[in-house]
Formats: sequence, C-alpha cells, structure tokens
Amino acid sequence: LSRIGDELYLEPTESGLSLRAVNSSRSAFASFLFAPLFFQQYEPGGAGPDTELFRCKVHMKSFLGIFRSLPSLEKSVGKCLILLKPRASHLVLQLHCKHGVTKTHNLTFQDCERLQAAFDTQRCASRLCAPARVLAEAVVHFPLTLAEVTLGTGPGGKISLRNYVEDEAEPSKTMVTELWLAEDEFQSVAVAPGSHITFCLKEFRGLLSFAEASNLPLTIHFDEPGRPMIFTLDDTVLEVHLVLATLSDLESTSRSPSTNGVSHLPAPSDDFADDLESYMAAMETSEGPSEGPPSPTFPLHTPRPAESEPEEEEEDEEGAVPGTPPHKKFRSLFFGSVMTPGMPGPATTQEVLAEDSDGE
Amino acid sequence: MRFRAKIVDLACLNHFSRIINTIAKLTKTCILRLTVCKLYFILSDKVANGGASMWCELSQGNFFDEFQMEGVAAEHNEIYLELMPENLSRALKTAQNAKAVKIKLTNKHYPCLRVIVELPSLSSSSRIVTHDIPVGVIPRRMWNDFREPSVPDFDVSIYLPALKTMKSVVERMKNLSNFIVIEANLSGEMNLKIETDLVSVTTHFKDLGNPPWASEDGCQSSAQDRDLESMAEACIDIKKLQLLLAGQQVNPTKALCNIVRKRVVHFILLHEEVSLQYFIPAVA
Repeated sequence: LSRIGDELYLEPTESGLSLRAVNSSRSAFASFLFAPLFFQQYEPGGAGPDTELFRCKVHMKSFLGIFRSLPSLEKSVGKCLILLKPRASHLVLQLHCKHGVTKTHNLTFQDCERLQAAFDTQRCASRLCAPARVLAEAVVHFPLTLAEVTLGTGPGGKISLRNYVEDEAEPSKTMVTELWLAEDEFQSVAVAPGSHITFCLKEFRGLLSFAEASNLPLTIHFDEPGRPMIFTLDDTVLEVHLVLATLSDLESTSRSPSTNGVSHLPAPSDDFADDLESYMAAMETSEGPSEGPPSPTFPLHTPRPAESEPEEEEEDEEGAVPGTPPHKKFRSLFFGSVMTPGMPGPATTQEVLAEDSDGE
Repeated sequence: MRFRAKIVDLACLNHFSRIINTIAKLTKTCILRLTVCKLYFILSDKVANGGASMWCELSQGNFFDEFQMEGVAAEHNEIYLELMPENLSRALKTAQNAKAVKIKLTNKHYPCLRVIVELPSLSSSSRIVTHDIPVGVIPRRMWNDFREPSVPDFDVSIYLPALKTMKSVVERMKNLSNFIVIEANLSGEMNLKIETDLVSVTTHFKDLGNPPWASEDGCQSSAQDRDLESMAEACIDIKKLQLLLAGQQVNPTKALCNIVRKRVVHFILLHEEVSLQYFIPAVA
C-alpha cells in the first residue's frame, strides 16, 4: 500500500478491516480487506445499527515505522492490538512482546470520506489468472524505471507484455522489449482476441511482490483501453484489489511505420526483412557528408528533414481533475462518494464524481 | 547486408554478457563492427568522448554457435553499427538461463539489432522475449574513422598490478581528487599519485615487470639507453580509470599499460578470447 500512496485509510466494516490507499493522481487504488477470521478478536465498533462505523486515515510512514523490522517482530511480538480511540483522536497500536514488554504507539489520525474507487470486475470483458511467480518472471525483463507496459493478445492465444513507448519519445531511439507467454502458463485465460491494455507497471510491482510472497494466484480483469484494470488476490481471510487507470486508445497506440521516419529513405518493407540493401543503397547516394544516417545516438547529426507529426488527435484531458499532472494521459479513476444520495450510479460515467472532502 | 547469430552454450552467453557489461561501463555509445571472423567494439577519440578511445576485439567462434554475416558489398564484407551497449547489456541480463539467444539485424521500421531470448518455462512452449535495440548503420564512407589505433611510441611499458588492488586504491583516491597521475619506469615500478591543496597520496607498486616489446628500427631499442629508473608520467581523469577497472569482472590473462609522457596512457587487457585496449588522454 505504501507503494501506492502516502496515506493509509482504515475502515472497519462488518465484513472485516479494510486498509486502502490511493495515489496522488488518483490513477491507482488498492484495498486489502482482512476478514474477521483473520484476527483473534475483531470488534468493528459502533454503538448501534444506525451508527456509522468509524474510519480514519493516518500517515503511511508512521504506520509502517511501527512494523519496521519484520524478522525481529516475528521473534519478539506475541500479540498486536489495534484500537481506534475517536475521542482522543488516536489510533493506538499496541505490541505485546516477550518478557512482559508492551510497546504502545499512538498515531494521530485524520477524519476522511470513504475512499472507494468505483469498479466492477463483472463488467470487464477479459480476465487472466496466473500464479504470481509467472508474472514476476515476466516483469523481470523490464527495467525497474519503466513506467508503462502494454498487455496484449497475440496469435496462438499467446499473451504479450511490451514496454510502452510514449509518443514524446523518439521511436527509433527507444529499445522495445516484448515478452510472450503461452496460454498454458496461465491458470485461466478469457480474453477478447486482439485486445490490449496499457497500465503503469511501477504500481503493479508492489502488488506482485505481495502476491509472490503469499504464493497466491493473481487475477487480472480488464476491458477496453481507458477503462480501469483490476488485479485481485483471493484468500480465505484476505481480499485484495488493485485498481489502475489505463491508457485510452485515443492516441494511436499502434506501432505502425509512422510518418516521422526519414522521408528520403525508401519505405521499409513490412515483412521481417533482414537485409538492408535498399536502405544502404539509399544512404550511399544521399547527398553530402553532412547528412548522416539517422543515428539513434548522435543528436549532432542533421535533424531529419520534414519530420511530420505522427497521426495523433491532440485531445484535452477529458474530465481533467485538479491535481492530475497535465501530461499524464491516464484518466483518473472515478471515486464515487457513496455517502451522497441521488448521484448517478458510479459505473455509468467516466467523470470524477467527488473528491475526497479533505483532498488538496 | 545481413547478420544472424546464435548462442546456445550458457557459459559462452555468460562470458559474452560480461564483456558487454564491461563495454557498457566504459561508454554510452560505441561502434560494433562485424566481420566474418570477429566482432569489434570501437570508440573513436572524438571530443564528445572526452578524448578517450577504445578497441575491443573478440573472435566470434569463441562465443557463437551460429554466425552468419553479409557485409555491404563483397569487397567490403563488414558491417558497422552504432549502438548503446547498455541496451545490449540489459537485453542479455535476464537471459542468463536461456535455452538460446539469437541476435539478428532487422529493419522493420528502423534498423535494429533484435535479441531473441528463448527461456525455459513450465508450459509446453518456451517463453520468448525479444528486445529491439535501435542501431545506426554507419555508411562505408565513414569507416575510416574507426580504424584500429596503432600502439603509440611509448616511453614506458609496464604490467599492471593486480586489478582488484588497483581498483580499490583508485576508488578511494577518486573521493579526494578528479585527476590521478600514473607514473612508471622500466624497472617494474609504478606509482599512482593524487595531489590536492590539502593532501597528496601516493601508492607505490614494485616488481611489476616490463613487457618485452620487439624493437623496431631502433626507436624502441633506444629504450635500453634510457635510464631504467626514470619515471614517465601522465595525469589523467580518475573517473575514466576507475570505470575501466570497475568494469573488469574477470581477471585478465595479461594487463599492461603504455605511458607516453604527458600525452596518453594506453591500457591493454588480454583475456583468452577477448582483447581490450583503452586510451586515456593526459590532461594539461
């Protein structure tokens, strides 16, 4: 959760304790629901059936600091008690350790609206389920700094993962990595043929390491580009959801030979031509030593002539949300305010319905 | 112009990857020259490189199980490509348990070196990872820029001390100064010196040995007349030296350097299957 956001939202419910986080651009949301059975004792509180269950948010770092060293915690801590003291504005975490030592941490919390991204796995056209290990082995081929990756389907039912090259980057200077997984590496595959979806790999890695550590299979639900993508982990006492915004298809995502290639060279052939005879011939006859080949590395060469913009609709960020960095093409996830009656159903619109009341 | 190659043996793949890692540490971009028998990684001494230059040569037969190359023309059966070795290093990094690695030159939308890694998997078919590394094809008229550098008319030639030792000395010196003086004589002695306003540090190495170079028409034979004790020195950028030493992951069979007083230091690192020459110019 700390890989997603800086604040930890705690929401006790009748069905368990929910821990949630959202990122600053509201393009990633995660929730971990621990069933009452997970705990030795679980009292969600609330004086009566009409009383709203208390919820709050705390600083992620403060919370994490308490559980800093897992190996030593495992050795020394017998029990952990979590208490919400609304009147004292404290979230109390008490670690009962060996030798009669009790460590009590009082964390200040802030009131908050219910944090809930609106999503519905049932409405996703495609679904994949794989052991976490397979996915972890797949993402290892991509650099840690890579932001976005495209999941796609290919011939023979294969599933592909490919790094997404932003339009601003020059395609002829960017390394492209593509990985193909066979259908039988997955536990289940139900995808629309020809479908593809682009999402933020960095935010997914956090969930992936959790899944690997807990040895749980990961299910991926996705629909059309632009609609949220949902990753789920299921266990008897734990339900995990990660919802990521995806890149919509308004910008051309196909890697077709775009018009920003060098116009004085012959058009590259479409088939996997190994030989570059015609390319070389054209280069040998191009005039003057000043016009070097389009070098991927030496920007000092004469810039390519008549570089036209790739076919692209210049679209304003639809439903731009204050706080969303303008250059980010990911739509914000919509967060319904479940509290306000009379609002249209969250799944029907693509606009952000309500900000957190205390969001900046 | 075609190029296809394949590595199946994991030890060869590992060795090849380590060489690429060394090159990647030395320079951001370089030239890859392919001939029927050899691969060369070349960095020419342009100003953009800070004057350092590199020549690394390996025999393809020692690494590749299959190697097919067709140059630009029959009389010029070679290919010169410009690329970023870091990309190649990244592509090979996660291939260390591969069943096979194929490399080929393609031109789907723009010239690329395509690295195809076939990985084992629990399913019936292997996992395939492809990396398209963009390359620049160097036209024939520019090939002269990338000729093998000649051994300079050096003042002193000396074997290097154990690279690990040299590396740790240089790394510590790097924290104190941006420049290092290498000096050596024909009696097997070498000093590494740094000098700043506050401190000067010298590390002395003895009994290193001087490689015997065949004397040619009297210019090297005059070395016998030279004072065996007199030091030839050159002051070089310490970062370049540190990168060279840091990139060595395996101990070379032979490691030596040739010093041209106040001009350049020429390092030669020889392994069984690969040779690396690196020139670091002296600073004023």
